[in-house]
Amino acid sequence: MSDVSYSLDHAALGGAPRDYVQLLKPRVMSLVVFTALAGLVAAPGAVHPVLGFAAILAIAVGAGASGALNMWYDSDIDAVMTRTRARPIPSGRIAPREALAFGLVLSAFAVLTLGYAANWMAAGLLAFTIFFYAVVYTIWLKRSTPQNIVIGGAAGALPPMIGYAAVTGTVTLDSVLLFLVIFVWTPPHFWALALFKQGDYERAGVPMMPVVKGQDRTRLEILLYTLLLAPVGMSPALFGSEGVAYGVVSAIGGVVMLALAWGVWRRREGRAADIAAKKLFGFSILYLFALFATILVAHGAQRLTGG
Amino acid sequence: MMAAPRKIDPPAPGLNPAQQKARRQRNVAIGLAIAALCMLFYLVTLAKMGASFFARSM
Repeated sequence: MSDVSYSLDHAALGGAPRDYVQLLKPRVMSLVVFTALAGLVAAPGAVHPVLGFAAILAIAVGAGASGALNMWYDSDIDAVMTRTRARPIPSGRIAPREALAFGLVLSAFAVLTLGYAANWMAAGLLAFTIFFYAVVYTIWLKRSTPQNIVIGGAAGALPPMIGYAAVTGTVTLDSVLLFLVIFVWTPPHFWALALFKQGDYERAGVPMMPVVKGQDRTRLEILLYTLLLAPVGMSPALFGSEGVAYGVVSAIGGVVMLALAWGVWRRREGRAADIAAKKLFGFSILYLFALFATILVAHGAQRLTGG
Repeated sequence: MMAAPRKIDPPAPGLNPAQQKARRQRNVAIGLAIAALCMLFYLVTLAKMGASFFARSM
């Protein structure tokens, strides 16, 4: 019998499979699947259903892998934020190095699978997305600048572009517009959250806009970005890559977003301010969902009817 | 002197039943993931070969 003297704590032995699934951030993954699928069906040209499925699966796993890498690096701040302290690493169910290995292995498999099933342009974009989210956003920007989520938003905005590239093998104006919609949507969405979760970010020492520049400046920036978002959200219809249905949905959504951002700008005290921020945060999710659902339905119907 | 027969997968020292269960579940999950990956690559390969796979001259 060997002399086993090291301590065998639970984390050192790894958690149950469901803990590893949690490392993949399933909710973020589902949004990635949704937007990537929209990019895939919006792209011109045919794609074999099996290859399309493999591409979406690879993009989803790649996104999950970057989530695991994010949780590996951020476990110290996750432990002090109410929103994140039940995650597998801060709660001691998975050791940080296991999350790192898990994230790296899945990243490699996801990129290689996408390269094989679709093409290497899409795979390159996926590799860049994982690198950008894990290294540029998580390791570098998140803890150093209030512009963290503005620049880091690029990682969340890339999936429709990857889905598009999986079919065409190229990056075009159409796919860049889809990227821009999510890219410009990200700041008002996260700053609305940061307004009513400011205490969390303060405790964790994350320099979110309200923590560093104050609530008033954040409200102004939310309003300015939403003013930019309304036309950018409509741009796929304005440039002709999307049809009338998308134009109508994006116009109505843009107006509601502006009205709610105006509410956040005006109501600055007490419960009314919190409610205004929560309303904007909640609607921003519905807004993005509605835009990409419209793309999915319009192009999906076209593909099914062979039009 | 004969060596004692080696046990296959002996219970690890210090593993409580919950930890042993978690390890077993992880092994099953890894097995299923590898099987799914093999199946995926098989189907992707067939799809990439397409109809030409069946249309070759002897």
